[in-house]
Amino acid sequence: MGRYLIRRFLFGILVLWIVSAITFLIFVKLPAGDPARRVAGRQITAERLQNVRVALGLDKPWYVQYGRFAKGLVPFPGWFLNEQAYFSYANQVPVKEEIFRRLPTTGVLAAGGAAVFLVIGIPIGIVSGIRRRSLADRAGMLFALVGVSAPVFWIAYLLLFLFWAKLGWLPGSSIPPGEGLFESVARGRFILPWITISLTYAAFYARMVRGNLIETMSEDYIRTARAKGLSERRVVFKHGLRAALTPIVTMFGMDLGYLLGGAVITETVFNLPGIGQYAIRSLFTTDFPAVMGVTLFAAIFIVVANLIIDVAYAFLDPRVRYA
Amino acid sequence: MPEPLLQVKDLKVHFPTDDGLVKAVDGVSFTIEQGETLGVVGESGSGKSVTFLTVLGLISKKEARIQGEVLFRGEDLLRAPDDVLKSIRGKSISMIFQDPMTSLHPFYKVGVQIVEAIRAHLDISKGEAMAQAVEMLRRVGISRPEERVRQYPHEFSGGMRQRAMIAMALSLNPDLLIADEPTTALDVTVQAQILDLIDRLKEEFSASVVMITHDLGVVAEHCDDIMVMYAGKPAEYGTRQEVYYDSHHPYTWGLLQSITRIDLPRTERLRPIKGLPPSLIFVPSGCPFHPRCPYVMDVCKVEVPQLVTSNGRHASACHLSLSEKERIFHNDVAVQA
Repeated sequence: MGRYLIRRFLFGILVLWIVSAITFLIFVKLPAGDPARRVAGRQITAERLQNVRVALGLDKPWYVQYGRFAKGLVPFPGWFLNEQAYFSYANQVPVKEEIFRRLPTTGVLAAGGAAVFLVIGIPIGIVSGIRRRSLADRAGMLFALVGVSAPVFWIAYLLLFLFWAKLGWLPGSSIPPGEGLFESVARGRFILPWITISLTYAAFYARMVRGNLIETMSEDYIRTARAKGLSERRVVFKHGLRAALTPIVTMFGMDLGYLLGGAVITETVFNLPGIGQYAIRSLFTTDFPAVMGVTLFAAIFIVVANLIIDVAYAFLDPRVRYA
Repeated sequence: MPEPLLQVKDLKVHFPTDDGLVKAVDGVSFTIEQGETLGVVGESGSGKSVTFLTVLGLISKKEARIQGEVLFRGEDLLRAPDDVLKSIRGKSISMIFQDPMTSLHPFYKVGVQIVEAIRAHLDISKGEAMAQAVEMLRRVGISRPEERVRQYPHEFSGGMRQRAMIAMALSLNPDLLIADEPTTALDVTVQAQILDLIDRLKEEFSASVVMITHDLGVVAEHCDDIMVMYAGKPAEYGTRQEVYYDSHHPYTWGLLQSITRIDLPRTERLRPIKGLPPSLIFVPSGCPFHPRCPYVMDVCKVEVPQLVTSNGRHASACHLSLSEKERIFHNDVAVQA
């Protein structure tokens, strides 16, 4: 297990390194024109341009430039997303500060959304899987079809139109300045975003649980369980679900890691000050230190989530032993 | 005469599918007496497994049309309510399956799975049930059972898993053990061990046994009665002596001729039965075996042969006359087989 963990850890670092290299290429090296010119603004003098170039390190060779950003990947005090490289030009603050300020909002959105899609998706999948071809199954799969087909922004506007504009049951978009996160949650400002972000996932999970359960219920060991004289309830819940839900854990970890990296569309539609919104703004303002920072931050979440899942799986499936 | 343990009368199990009605079992009757071992022989798709899954109520009535009677100690299991069936499964009738690799739940320890079977029927504590599980593993010949109960199925070899399945099946001292091809997935050496184990435990637990197999060699040594099935119907039914040494059905002859024999000189090649098992949706007219039968007559293509008793319980479903059957068997089959 120890050796496996070390190997996985090193592999995670490799992944982050590749992500950083590609991001650097795409956002700093590939765009046409001089990055310094984009940063310097409208009033350009040759002297100012040169100052910016020096400040950004653009006068240095490409590997020194990349090294500046790569240093920010190392989780070492003063290095991680360090201000020298990761400093936003759009609003003149360190990227790290901006990300950590926005992280709680994205966290609340991701955690709440994840809870909602588990609570909706798994029971629908179970009922559909057990009562195949029943009315409940057909209704569940219709929901899943709509869920995977409907675009997130469309769902978001539909929900806003219904529950905010027409019925007035729930608050609309935006969080007023000065309102704390707890207060926002208490006022229900996250309810529509949670539903929006979770529908697609709920649909996928419902399908996946249904498929897994149907497959599991035709396994030989389920027949053995029935032949032992167990009740059907016990056969389904103890023997069927145990095997059918285990792969879901893998998927859930991945999805949660992904959501924590920022939900761009949902945060944009509901105007939530999260990481996804920051990513989009930075892109529009070609604020490349911010883009680098956000991308790497999201990548770290996914790599860490993967690592946790792999370790958790060894406890869930006794056949899995890492060496 | 005491009541037979299990009596099946004209059992039919038909599955409606998109392609048509699959007649998996189409009129099967037999009886099993207390302490008797019945061998059920046939190719894949002859309906032997489905017959006994139906006996245990493991074929869903939603998926299949089931007709006939399954009398266990006089009670019709096909019409019994679910909770009666549940109390019989695993307690009075238990079953072991073909593939021990997939028949145990991969996520639960072997001991836990046996304990679960015991506690489904007996109101005893987990500790007591675990002690029984250990004892059962010891009786099926697993060494260090105290440690083995705490292991997962993947830590067992194939033969050990089948032993564990047998331990689980016998843990409630059932009246009838149904073994559905218990050795097919195992190595030859392990096969013999498992069959001997079943034989020994049958005596110890005074249980009746049904041995489902496609291997006539297996039933030869271990069964009292033999039923040969073809296309969902019994082709021949009789004692081991009758089916081996006085067989009355061309299909049985074909099976006997395709057994490898090490006690005879290797003079001739094995003679396999020509053709393939029939589709269970479009069963051939008349006798289902007629397209593959070397002794086919005109009547065989039109008329379904009934299972006719010749002497005692020996019965066969074939249009050949008794004297012809005996002549052909002794001249053609017995010599070669």
